[in-house]
Amino acid sequence: MISFLLNQQQIDITQIDPDTTVLNYLREQCHLTGTKEGCASGDCGACTVVVAEPSDNGKEPLAYRAINSCVTSMGALHGKQLLTVEHLADGQTLHPIQQAMVDHHASQCGFCTPGFVMSAFALYHQHSNNTNRDAVIDALSGNLCRCTGYRPIIDATLQACQQRQPDKFTQQAEHTRQALLNMQNQPGNVPGLYRPTTRSELAALKAAFPDATLVAGSTDLALTVTQQLGTLGDVIYLPSVVELQRLQQTEDRLIIGSAVPLSTLHPWLVERIPALAELFQRFASLPIRNQATLGGNIANASPIGDLPPVVLALEGIVVLDDGTEQRRVPASDFFQGYRKTALLPTEWIDSIEIPLPSANTVIGAYKISKRHEDDISAICAVFALTIEDDVIRQISSGFGGVAATPVQAKTLAASLQGKSWTDKQTCEEGMQLLRVAFSPIDDVRGSADYRKESLARVWKRFWLSHTPGNETLPVRVIEHA
Amino acid sequence: MRKLIDAPANQQTGDVIGKSQPHESAIRQVTGQARYVDDYVVPMGTYHAAVGLATDTRATLKGLDLEAVRQSPGVIDVITIDDIPGQRDIAPVFDGDPILVDGEIRFHGQPLFAVLADTHRHAQQAATKARVVSEPLPPCLSVSQAHEQQRFVRPLHRMERGDWQAGLESSQHIASAHLSIGGQEHMYLEGQVALAIPDEEDRLLIHTSSQHPSEVQKLVAEVLDVPLNKVVVDMRRMGGGFGGKETQAAQWACLAAVLARRNGRAVKLRLPRAQDMQATGKRHPFENGYTVGFDAQGLIQACHVDISGNCGISADLSDAIVDRAMFHADNGYYLGDCLVEGHRCQTNQVSHTAFRGFGGPQGMIMAEAMMDRIARTVQQDPLSVRKRNLYDADARSETHYGMPVGKPLLADLIEKLEHSSDYWQRREAITAFNQGSPVIKRGLALTPVKFGISFTAKHLNQAGALVHVYTDGSVQVNHGGTEMGQGLHTKIAQIAANELGIGTDGIEVTATRTDKVPNTSPTAASSGTDINGKAVQNACQQIRQRLAEFYAASVNGDADTVVFSQGRVQCNGKSTTFQDLVQQAYIGRVSLSASGFYKTPKIHYDRDTGKGRPFFYFAYGAACSEVQLDVLTGEYKVTRVDILHDVGNSINPAIDRGQIEGGFIQGMGWLTTEELRWNADGKLDSNNPATYKIPAIGDTPAIFNVDLYPRANDEDSIYHSKAVGEPPFMLAISVWCAIKDAIASTADYRHDPDLNTPATPEQVLWALKSLEEPS
Ligand SMILES: Cc1cc2nc3c(=O)[nH]c(=O)nc-3n(C[C@H](O)[C@H](O)[C@H](O)COP(=O)(O)OP(=O)(O)OC[C@H]3O[C@@H](n4cnc5c(N)ncnc54)[C@H](O)[C@@H]3O)c2cc1C
Ligand code: FES
Ligand code: FES
Repeated sequence: MISFLLNQQQIDITQIDPDTTVLNYLREQCHLTGTKEGCASGDCGACTVVVAEPSDNGKEPLAYRAINSCVTSMGALHGKQLLTVEHLADGQTLHPIQQAMVDHHASQCGFCTPGFVMSAFALYHQHSNNTNRDAVIDALSGNLCRCTGYRPIIDATLQACQQRQPDKFTQQAEHTRQALLNMQNQPGNVPGLYRPTTRSELAALKAAFPDATLVAGSTDLALTVTQQLGTLGDVIYLPSVVELQRLQQTEDRLIIGSAVPLSTLHPWLVERIPALAELFQRFASLPIRNQATLGGNIANASPIGDLPPVVLALEGIVVLDDGTEQRRVPASDFFQGYRKTALLPTEWIDSIEIPLPSANTVIGAYKISKRHEDDISAICAVFALTIEDDVIRQISSGFGGVAATPVQAKTLAASLQGKSWTDKQTCEEGMQLLRVAFSPIDDVRGSADYRKESLARVWKRFWLSHTPGNETLPVRVIEHA
Repeated sequence: MRKLIDAPANQQTGDVIGKSQPHESAIRQVTGQARYVDDYVVPMGTYHAAVGLATDTRATLKGLDLEAVRQSPGVIDVITIDDIPGQRDIAPVFDGDPILVDGEIRFHGQPLFAVLADTHRHAQQAATKARVVSEPLPPCLSVSQAHEQQRFVRPLHRMERGDWQAGLESSQHIASAHLSIGGQEHMYLEGQVALAIPDEEDRLLIHTSSQHPSEVQKLVAEVLDVPLNKVVVDMRRMGGGFGGKETQAAQWACLAAVLARRNGRAVKLRLPRAQDMQATGKRHPFENGYTVGFDAQGLIQACHVDISGNCGISADLSDAIVDRAMFHADNGYYLGDCLVEGHRCQTNQVSHTAFRGFGGPQGMIMAEAMMDRIARTVQQDPLSVRKRNLYDADARSETHYGMPVGKPLLADLIEKLEHSSDYWQRREAITAFNQGSPVIKRGLALTPVKFGISFTAKHLNQAGALVHVYTDGSVQVNHGGTEMGQGLHTKIAQIAANELGIGTDGIEVTATRTDKVPNTSPTAASSGTDINGKAVQNACQQIRQRLAEFYAASVNGDADTVVFSQGRVQCNGKSTTFQDLVQQAYIGRVSLSASGFYKTPKIHYDRDTGKGRPFFYFAYGAACSEVQLDVLTGEYKVTRVDILHDVGNSINPAIDRGQIEGGFIQGMGWLTTEELRWNADGKLDSNNPATYKIPAIGDTPAIFNVDLYPRANDEDSIYHSKAVGEPPFMLAISVWCAIKDAIASTADYRHDPDLNTPATPEQVLWALKSLEEPS
């Protein structure tokens, strides 16, 4: 039984088509039509809802996250509170976020508005004391508005979040938390949709339903249902497995559970490897990152995924598990062909291990896309160089958008190792090598020529940012915090 | 500073006009209670329709096997063109838009058939199962191919003045260039949708998301072969329109209507996003060129502007759209002796359609392209060249189509913006910054907008209204305009409140309905408030006059001296509440309902001579944009925008500002990230929001100053306000010019780079490279 709170009401579902998205459930079954469909692909934010769950940070009772209901599996709701736009007002009194949107003239056609209200509401509950413009933009990065030009929406959200006051949710939080914890103690399975909580349960389910689809954040898989009109068949929901939710640092490595949502991984990983900030900030939008996982991104093996290049360049290891035995596959062996990986049908990805970079490693990670927020890369490039006394000892790299798989540039290492890093020639040579390293394709995100040329040029950017004398040069149109 | 040109005296308006009232639906929108067609509680047994789209770009349809569609789970009915009981062509002006493929598949994504099922999903799934037998024909995929093959949806039109060839020959400098201008997907957040509800016998009620309910009514009646009086169309609000629901919302309503009639059930047809993007038209891509002659000071002597709109497969509204591009090829500048030619090219793409600006942007950008080119040639700041070429009050005061521009407001408006945006100080600072910054370059540009207001199809410049006052003093207002977010109903409520001297809380503006106000024009051409506001004013004034006469008689006063204000009515030292007066008037058998009408005066245009006054007036504005550019990758960011825009006397400054900001950002998207890409076979690759990128929240400039130009409209428009829907869109041309300015900085501002639009980072990179390696 999948149990959750829909606003204040407890819902217990014993039977549901596993393909049902939360959006269709709300609109078609509950007739809660405040939540809109603008694309059914995670791209527009009209369907944004907020999910509250017991927080484990010891401070607030509940953690609130905005998600795209159009790409969310019903399995993701078990033991959580699903909040929709209809529920925010307190009787006749608008929620401060709603009131601010009215006061700032932040709605025109209004079709995007419920989604913005929900994303802003999640931000309102982040209990941060310095919500600034950047935080607002990050929080609303998954919501498109075609009418307003966003200025009044930014102003409204800033104003409401800078004057936070306890709302009706704060008052009910402890009570809600208890109710949710009680639900979480119950198994959340329905026929066809299974939510294992441990590795062994997962192994048993995998044995019982060998054809079942493994679902993590469902941000990729949902498109099979909503865009290709297909079905996932039986579904095993991974994020409920505790082992897959770990974030661990050992002496020499970082261990990332495959089903940790990227928004949780983001601050943890960027604290340890700051150069990755850009890729995380520009990975989809916050609501997508609230669900998407590293395991999903790696398993997907998309040639335009943003994290395979990271795992390649940082020489990560993909840990595969079948419930009895674990295999440790270097990332460079994991990606085998177009959307083909070393994962066996009996296995799942347990975790990804990333060796901690040494003190003399310089890392650069860059994404080029038409739009800064929420766009798929034309190219993605990650470089990791070990430099001792200006001599390049080691180069590893990872790229997206230039081949049928995420790839490394072996020639870069072969040609430049042993050379002086600060020598201008190194910069030039790297650019030449990268111009010819791959044979990318022309597509909607960029031409082959553009991909080759911009690859060479981000190498130059990397070089400029890490050679003495140049560090203070402005080289970015956007600073990634 | 120069003295403000004498403005007409402000008309006396009460306190509701000029007030920043929130949008009439704001509270319902933020709480999720505002309903759109897909949210309606539907009648029992409603079925769902979907369309099957062609995957050929051009082909003869040899066979359409729909057996698998019929057998698909939940399917109830399937129709093709042969099942249409009445007219098969649903074209708005000129023939050429069959409701479903009629013999020949003419573009990729053209609807072939429609299927009805018990659920939306079942209908969608069934729609993918047809087997199509077709024989490919060679498609025409570009403007240049259309020219080669002489394929046009409408004949060429010209506007000509003087001996432009001689003018060009005698000019000191000549420059010419070609510009490819991308189209634009509307990406209204609410996709196309219609709900058809059968009524007794052959009557039908349609809910649609359309800017043109009267046309939906007409076309539904025609495809069903019933008189118009059997069909009622109801339209409460759209989740965005932008022109994309002016003509192209009708097809879905018509299909739903046919299926509803055949099956005796309510039918909903909602296009999923990817289908919406493939099966509906876009802003026209254009391929334009200019040759311009100018003197050493950069003053234009003569020019030839050659404009070719990619109209897609049929005329739709393209004739008027290419005309509007031609009307705006001057923007705010006197073109000298000139020829402006406009070709309406036919291609095997979906029929391109109205989109905010309606061709104006694609024409206007040519004027700005010329200014930049002239400025670099004569080595002057582009702003100086722009100012020099503005229309003046003397010899250079008539457009190339013979319309006097009137008071040359742009000079004054630009001067004010120049000061408030610190143009010249920033110009210096930017030049200095660029010298010390090899990777990041800054660019600045200030460009004006002059936009003609009126439908260029004269008969559309009319509007109707219906106003009811009920016995409790509450008022219902209906008019021909539609609410798509632009705040029309809010302004209308303010107008009615002002005329009746009551608060807007006493006014309910209801859904647009063809049974309340008939034969309406589309809500388009920025004219919504101008024409419907006047019609509502007219209706309110009739009622007010009746009430005034009634009250004056009761207090022995003069009807002309009765004052309606703040919910009270005064005359001859006596006063009463509006509500009481209404009750008394009812008892006294005074009619409390009136219909209003308005037609725009003064306008005319003669196509044979290419001369006339197609516009009631011009709306003006100017924007100053600054960008930062990364010369390594071509990535850029708009960092600051200052806008001064002319809305005449603003009826609602907050709504006007919203139109200005929203229009600007939408225009910026058109010129920057929004790239439509058709593959070599004519299939649209950018057919969803994952591949087609409209501006996101981070693209809004951190500094975004918007001011209203404080001057009443010279013409007698509603309270001397000005239309605001479209004009601000073109302020974004300043962003394109600022990007070019930053690119030009890499070659010491000696060259004006060629930069096609959209200026994606890729296009910018190529433009940068063209200056890196001068050929
Ligand atoms: C709007 C939008 C924007 C996006 N932007 C980006 C972007 O900027 N960059 C980018 O790289 N991607 C982007 N994506 C793609 C997607 O979000 C990512 O690929 C994401 O990381 C997928 O993770 P998930 O957990 O949602 O995967 P799911 O959809 O749940 O699964 C994806 C695949 O991985 C498999 N899988 C998942 N977890 C495991 C596991 N532990 N073991 C074995 N198999 C597993 C599933 O079976 C499935 O085949 C975007 C998607 C959307 C909808
Ligand atoms: S409907 Fe667009 S993101 Fe969900
Ligand atoms: S208000 Fe229309 S999309 Fe945002």
